[in-house]
Amino acid sequence: MAKLIYEDSRVLFTKEMKKEYLILIPSMAPYHFDFFTDILGSEGYKAEILQNHSFDLINEGMKYSHNDICVPAMLVIGQFIDAIKTGGYDIHKIAVMISQTGGGCRASNYINLIRKAFLKANYGFIPIISFNSVGLERNPGFKITTRMTFKLTNALIFGDILMQVVNEIIPYEINKGETMEVYKEMHNLLTKSFRYNDIRAWNQPKKLIDKVVKRFSEIKTDKTIKKPKVGVVGEIYVKYSPLGNNNLEQVLRDEGCEVITPSIFDFFLYTFDSIVHDINKYGGSKKSKFKNYITVEFVEKRKKVVAEILDKYGFTKPIPYRELKKLAKGFIGYGTHVGEGWLLTAEMVHLIHNDIPNIVCTQPFGCLPNHIAGKGMLKRIRDNFPESNIVTIDYDTSATEINQLNRIRLMISNAKKNM
Amino acid sequence: MNLRVGIDIGSTTIKAVVINELDETIYKTYLRHKSSITTSLINLLKDIEKSFNGQKMFFNFTGSASMFLAEGIKRQFTQEVISATEALKHEGDDFDVCIELGGEDAKIIFFNGKNIEQRMNGTCAGGTGAFIDQMATLLDVDSAQLNELAKNYQKIYPIASRCGVFAKSDIQPLLNQGATHEDIAISIYQAIVNQTIAGLSQGRKIKGRVAFLGGPLTFASELRKRFIEFLDLKNVFVPENGEVFVAYGAALVANETSSTIEELIKCVIKYDKVDRRNQKKTLKPLFETKKDFNDFKNRHNQARVEQVDIELYSGNAYLGIDAGSTTTKLVLINEDDEIIYSFYSHNKGNPVDMVKKAMYEIYNLTKDRISIKSAYSTGYGEQLIKNAFNLDNGEVETICHYKAAKHFLPEVEFIIDIGGQDMKCFKVENGVITTIILNEACSSGCGSFIETFSTSLGHTIKDFAIMALESEKPVDLGSRCTVFMNSGVKQAQAEGASPSDISAGLAYSIVKNALYKVIRAVDVKAEFGEKIIVQGGTFYNNAVLRAFEQEIGTEVIRPNIAGLMGAFGAALVAKENTKENSTILNKEQLDNFTYKTRNAVCKKCSNYCALTINIFNGKKFISGNRCDKGAGIVSDKNKLPNLYLYKYDKIMSYTSNKEKTYKAKIGIPLVLNMYENIPFWFTFFDTLGYEIVYSDRSNKAIYELGQETIPSDTICYPAKLVHGHIENLLKKEIDYLFYPNIPYNFIEKDYRDNEYNCPIVAFYPEVIGANMDNVNLNTFLDPYVSLNRIDYFIKNIQSSINNKMKISKKELKNAYNQAIKAYKDYREDVLKEGKRSLEYGIKHNRNIILLAGRPYHIDPEVNHGIPKLLQSLGIVVISEDSVNMYDDQKKVNVLNQWTYHTRLYDSAKYISKFENANLIQLVSFGCGLDAITTDEVKRILEENNKLYTQIKIDEVNNLGTVNIRVRSLLSTMKGVK
Repeated sequence: MAKLIYEDSRVLFTKEMKKEYLILIPSMAPYHFDFFTDILGSEGYKAEILQNHSFDLINEGMKYSHNDICVPAMLVIGQFIDAIKTGGYDIHKIAVMISQTGGGCRASNYINLIRKAFLKANYGFIPIISFNSVGLERNPGFKITTRMTFKLTNALIFGDILMQVVNEIIPYEINKGETMEVYKEMHNLLTKSFRYNDIRAWNQPKKLIDKVVKRFSEIKTDKTIKKPKVGVVGEIYVKYSPLGNNNLEQVLRDEGCEVITPSIFDFFLYTFDSIVHDINKYGGSKKSKFKNYITVEFVEKRKKVVAEILDKYGFTKPIPYRELKKLAKGFIGYGTHVGEGWLLTAEMVHLIHNDIPNIVCTQPFGCLPNHIAGKGMLKRIRDNFPESNIVTIDYDTSATEINQLNRIRLMISNAKKNM
Repeated sequence: MNLRVGIDIGSTTIKAVVINELDETIYKTYLRHKSSITTSLINLLKDIEKSFNGQKMFFNFTGSASMFLAEGIKRQFTQEVISATEALKHEGDDFDVCIELGGEDAKIIFFNGKNIEQRMNGTCAGGTGAFIDQMATLLDVDSAQLNELAKNYQKIYPIASRCGVFAKSDIQPLLNQGATHEDIAISIYQAIVNQTIAGLSQGRKIKGRVAFLGGPLTFASELRKRFIEFLDLKNVFVPENGEVFVAYGAALVANETSSTIEELIKCVIKYDKVDRRNQKKTLKPLFETKKDFNDFKNRHNQARVEQVDIELYSGNAYLGIDAGSTTTKLVLINEDDEIIYSFYSHNKGNPVDMVKKAMYEIYNLTKDRISIKSAYSTGYGEQLIKNAFNLDNGEVETICHYKAAKHFLPEVEFIIDIGGQDMKCFKVENGVITTIILNEACSSGCGSFIETFSTSLGHTIKDFAIMALESEKPVDLGSRCTVFMNSGVKQAQAEGASPSDISAGLAYSIVKNALYKVIRAVDVKAEFGEKIIVQGGTFYNNAVLRAFEQEIGTEVIRPNIAGLMGAFGAALVAKENTKENSTILNKEQLDNFTYKTRNAVCKKCSNYCALTINIFNGKKFISGNRCDKGAGIVSDKNKLPNLYLYKYDKIMSYTSNKEKTYKAKIGIPLVLNMYENIPFWFTFFDTLGYEIVYSDRSNKAIYELGQETIPSDTICYPAKLVHGHIENLLKKEIDYLFYPNIPYNFIEKDYRDNEYNCPIVAFYPEVIGANMDNVNLNTFLDPYVSLNRIDYFIKNIQSSINNKMKISKKELKNAYNQAIKAYKDYREDVLKEGKRSLEYGIKHNRNIILLAGRPYHIDPEVNHGIPKLLQSLGIVVISEDSVNMYDDQKKVNVLNQWTYHTRLYDSAKYISKFENANLIQLVSFGCGLDAITTDEVKRILEENNKLYTQIKIDEVNNLGTVNIRVRSLLSTMKGVK
């Protein structure tokens, strides 16, 4: 059994653990994260995306986190502890993993809060792996290799594609349930690309993507049905996580809307691009600037290919990152890149440009960056686009569905009236 | 004939309107549903049926509580704001704004030609009907009487409007200080006006023709008047049938399916039978069996203090008076610590009258048989009562509670007291209190909440508590704040939960709130010990007591005088400190007791404290003051070193030279990080030849100037104040407005992980530009800069100002160097003053408090005069940035990535070394980052055997709770030694 090795009182994830331990990952964006198990598996790790979502989880989160911390931290902590307590794992053979951005928002501290919670719950021996690209908290047994980066990049792109096509088809499908069946089938097909450990891991997916999008385009739909389109933007966790947003995507669909959720990939490009921005603005390492700049350019190429495939089969053509960035201009400075920062504002403008003025802007209760880039920009957006129909929803473990739904319904009523 | 029916079900009421083809109302009704929605609906429908027997009608539901119902019975549903808009449009097309206050929602509609903008309050918001009900309860009146009271006001007090919990903690001290009910009533209305403006207008003006809708605005004439006067409205519309106006709107658009009432009733009955409760949100019953309940009852009957019949006793007696936040308690004990008299009453907003009444009763019952040897007061109104009745002395409530608890369980380790308004927990080790935990604004939800709730559901608190015991499926209501709990209850109602399940759910949520939010203990037994006393009026409620035992998994002791423990403790303290005879007013003096209050504003400094001057038998007692000056006492305490006052004066000393000719005037708002960076910016622009104009010193009026442009009502108060300061500056003659975005702060320690500013401090200029129409973007200079590197600084500042001011690189360089030097000098000066203050405190054996906050906490409108209050208690006050360079706290368990926060850790470590120094952390409500720093600061202090105390501040202006916290800390400092 793997020995516990500490560095500054932090339990390290060792090479031995790589073989023996199961890594638990919180669920955040189901379309994207579901691929991670396969990727980590193909790289010799054992991993599992947590699916627990019972009410007990919220109680655990409440017990083990600070009263005033934002809801993503509370839910992630709750999900971990609930899983450890009730998931039937060998608790001496599990580790957990969490992403860390290193930005000026409190989210950079989630890992520390999880560590504190684990100590409080007497799980101090469970290693916590920081998943980040900026060199925070290294572990001997876990390394993000270039190959893994390629695979992860693909996973995010796959996730974005699936999220988009499912959202575009499902409200109009003729045979109920068909879209989700195809989704499962295609998801499995896509995971196959992770088996390759050579250049095919990067090249192969292009063909696969074509196949997948084509398959979705064959689903029979009735586009004569008119449904209001509703965009969902906001803080990354509550925007994508059904656990965080009380199943918002489903709620909106049940209310007869088509849901548009912007790409998760642009968020990652934005974080790399922001490093470049700050080095230009305030000084810093030229090497780091170059590395991050190249990353954005490189990935944009892949995104371009994907955009053309989607366009070819009649789906909405995604906007290139650089174009999206331009849309923030005149609204908010590029220097505001804490949390979702200017990207959030740009996404709202983009939606409105595409005749989707109906928007749910989601944030955890008391979210600091969204005071600026979300709620803070609404007036300017409304002044520029009087047709905008934006509702902001605060998520919190104690906020009630009925209040959220009531506000969402107001937005939808207006959306339907304006059609 | 096609009749249409609109049915509006809100959180407390159900309304219906029937209209004919001409849109005329031919039937209307309005009733409270007392949380049995389906039953009330069926009754209402039956009533309609009498008039419209067998006719087919179109039904349309509206209102949040009917959302699930309408879906369940497959009937049309229209969101209530839409219904209101329809009804208004029918009324006329010349409306500009509509304000609708409902039971728990507040809404605003802006009409702008075709474009209609509708908004609802966010999750964290008071200012609604439920809020008024809660506040009225504090005055022991109903909402109609509240309106009557408001007619005869003289003075408006500032009351926090953000949330009911805050407002309560503002109102209760006011009551205890003797403010009149009339003035409080109007202040409550003003708070609602403020909340509506700050929370909903978000940059749009409320002007033109304004419609008022909803219960509170329909029924409370004085509330309407407040809106009209405050917003200077000229053209106001209040619909004739305001209470059913929304239902009328729903009726107007009822067009989907028609049926007879009989058919509809059938649907509702069928729907009612289906169990719609969300199973996952059900808790376990309080008692499984009848036997469980009996065992429980018998066990708790054992913790008793004996009561002796006052008519049979003669001899010495000792009196304790606990003037609590909502209740007044008196206990008279004999030589054997038995109770010969006790009094417990809602103070009805007037503790002095209550005490007087009780004392009369004592004197009448005892005649001359009993002689009171000593009398002590405690609680919120300790000073007031002590002065009014000439008691021997007062004692801080923590000590009294401990004394009382010890009487029941000498080896008590943990005391938890849940009262009407606050919650206190003490940990006791070796006979001294070592930890005090008090509830914070956002973790409230105490006894008065259950009381208010039971009343609004039409039950007495007693019945409501008994109902809980029978609940089979208690509802899980979450546990954050009363506003959230209100909507949790609303959801439970909509899902068909019974009142008994709601009552049990409330008991659980109060307990969970106490355990996980206030005490923050996962395992109480392990962290605080097994010898636990629970007390406070709330624990008389067996449901709460049982829920508490269930949740912590052990048995506790609840004394039979749970609600009188403070007074009992005070009596014990009185007995311990007996002198010859008590100074308390005797019967004769009581007969002649006169009591008057008046209000005044202290003008002795710029804090402008709102004073209440109580005159007891011609003897003056002033409350509401922060320092001795206000109390009319000449004292040398104001010479004590106080870094908060020192820094503020220092920052204010950077002023332009009146003799000098400047090129232009640059306005700088006195906000957020400016309180740290002014030495830099002032020197920078002064060197370049620009005059600096600052906004005025902060106060409530400045805040109100900008409150309608605040886009997010959950942001911290220091950020909200920025809006007012900008408006204030724009009124001055300035050529430019300068407010830069500064994401990166100075690097003070090399081991920090990063040197960020918090997102709000860093980027608030963006919010100003985007939300304040009065700001001219052409003269608004808001560059993104970092002050750390001269080359980049110059590049960035140039790109922002170059096309307006032509300044050469060389000049900029020179100015930067001067500015950096000025900033460094400022910091050194503050550090020097920090050291001097510390040494002064040690030399003169004064208590020293490190008031740890942020640079902007020196703003007196942000700190509400707390530094002065500390000074008046004889304390030397230092700040986090005045000692942070003297020590390094390298190891923290979080990312050490914000410069201001690094200062907290370092300074906390430093002062831990000094015996007579302690730390109080000032936390602005809504500060997300402090959710992270507070635990770390606490840990650093506790590792060094120091107590941690936190004071949460917001708009709240009253220092009652602060006083208790500080005095508790001081009393344990005695204990620690």
